[in-house]
Amino acid sequence: MKTNNKKSNQWLIGLLGWLVACILFFPIFWMFITSFKTEAMAVATPPQLFFKPTLENYVAVQERAAYFNFAWNSVIISVGATILALLLAVPAAYAMSFFPSKRTKSTLLWMLSTKMLPSVGVLVPIYILGRETGLLDTRIGLIIIYTLINLPIVVWMIYSFFKEVPKEILEADRMDGASTYQEVAYVLLPLALPGIASTALLSIILSWNEAFWSLNLTTFDAAPLTAFIASFSSPQGLFWAKLSAASTMAIAPILIFGWISQKQLVRGLTFGAVK
Amino acid sequence: MTSVVTRPQPPSKPKERSSGKIPTLALVAPSVIVLILWMVVPLAMAIWFAFQRYNLLIPDNREFIGLGNFIFILTDPALWISIGTTLVLVASVLLITIGLGTLLAVLFNQDFPGQGIARVLAISPFFVMPTVSALIWKNMLMHPVNGLFAQITRGLGLGAIDWFTDFPLVSIIIIVSWEWLPFALLILLTAIQSLDTSQIEAARMDGAKPFALFRYVVLPHLSRAIAVVAMIETIFFLAIFGEIFVTTGGGPGLATTNLAYYIYLKALLEFDVGGASAGGLIAVVLANIVAIFLVRSVASNLDT
Repeated sequence: MKTNNKKSNQWLIGLLGWLVACILFFPIFWMFITSFKTEAMAVATPPQLFFKPTLENYVAVQERAAYFNFAWNSVIISVGATILALLLAVPAAYAMSFFPSKRTKSTLLWMLSTKMLPSVGVLVPIYILGRETGLLDTRIGLIIIYTLINLPIVVWMIYSFFKEVPKEILEADRMDGASTYQEVAYVLLPLALPGIASTALLSIILSWNEAFWSLNLTTFDAAPLTAFIASFSSPQGLFWAKLSAASTMAIAPILIFGWISQKQLVRGLTFGAVK
Repeated sequence: MTSVVTRPQPPSKPKERSSGKIPTLALVAPSVIVLILWMVVPLAMAIWFAFQRYNLLIPDNREFIGLGNFIFILTDPALWISIGTTLVLVASVLLITIGLGTLLAVLFNQDFPGQGIARVLAISPFFVMPTVSALIWKNMLMHPVNGLFAQITRGLGLGAIDWFTDFPLVSIIIIVSWEWLPFALLILLTAIQSLDTSQIEAARMDGAKPFALFRYVVLPHLSRAIAVVAMIETIFFLAIFGEIFVTTGGGPGLATTNLAYYIYLKALLEFDVGGASAGGLIAVVLANIVAIFLVRSVASNLDT
């Protein structure tokens, strides 16, 4: 009797869990479905769930050469900013986690506090600086900004991963006469690689989806996908199927990255406060 | 006295592991320096501009006007409306995401068939870029003619709601909640999973009902994580921009103009550098009030 009760309870929980998951995922699913409809079907009444799928939207979006321009900008900017942030953060995190000083804690907290500076607060100065230096609407400009925005998170995350590397391993290695360089290159980095990889993923995700600076500082040349998608909002046009196809392509890689690294992302997103 | 003299010399403290050889300062310095520049330069410029009459359209008319911009901005009813909107937006989305997020975290902490896949589906909205989320909702779900919601309600004979005209702020709240509920869920679920199961078993043995278990064991365990989620979300919600940009453009009227959008309007549409800088500084002060709490809460958890 009791086990039976427990079993039906579990079914109820499963049902509820799946219901919630489906509701939350539904808008993405609907967009995905719409991307395989013709424009007429996309706005048809009643909405169609079963239809003959077409790839014409994907072809149409790909044919607009500009699409690749935007997608390429997104790739270059998010990867560029991530590499730059890693280059700055890994040495800093290494020094702070293995050779902490009195100032380490306050340095880390100060870095975190730079994250609190609201973007709008410095919109005007950054816009003017960009105009003066010619970095407005350039990939370099956005790479610099995204590096700076993500640097605190990247430092924190790598710091927390380095902290987990057992000191004994490095100790033993040093006994064997390994130099600092060997120690870092052959022991530490391989051990911390999964952590560094998920840090990189988080940085790419955040840069890819950033929609304040990309909308305000780019017009065309350096505009990433966030800005390209936003351009669909102005004409109340009935290009929903094409918009859906473009959106699906824009979010697919990031969705997959997110699925892969969900567990480790928590640490970065909360500055290590929740593991 | 003598004992002091005769006390054997303590062995010299073993040298902190080769730290002498590692130029730690040089390793940390680049990150610190770029972040200092990132903080100080734009802020100094904002302060400098905030005291000037400076419009990019009439740059020759530039002059120092003291507190003029602040007086103008602070007496502008639109600023206060936008601050009000910001607070309503932040508070509503916080309440929704954390309330539901806690419940869902408990739900997804249970074992059920396909739990892993269901969880992945549920957290997906967080990884969708804001402009895409906003347009999915605006066009495909909330559109008064062809949107799915309108089609369903009309099918039921209820007529259609013109979401962005009749309930603009509610629409924005729904969209942002949809994006951030997965974030709260993801973080709180991780926090719940670190709860010692033996503790729950023990409470259950003592005859604790599920609700009591939640109230007196799970919730206290989650309180820190909830605080962290609330503060991180607040920082992002104070600066919501993309969603408003592609859906309502701050309207109708000022209905969905939050502080971020207000400053954007001043800066890039009116080209009022002085006014926008003054507004920006107000946003910085607001965010810092929140930030103090966040940094404190993280600091208490940091062991160096």
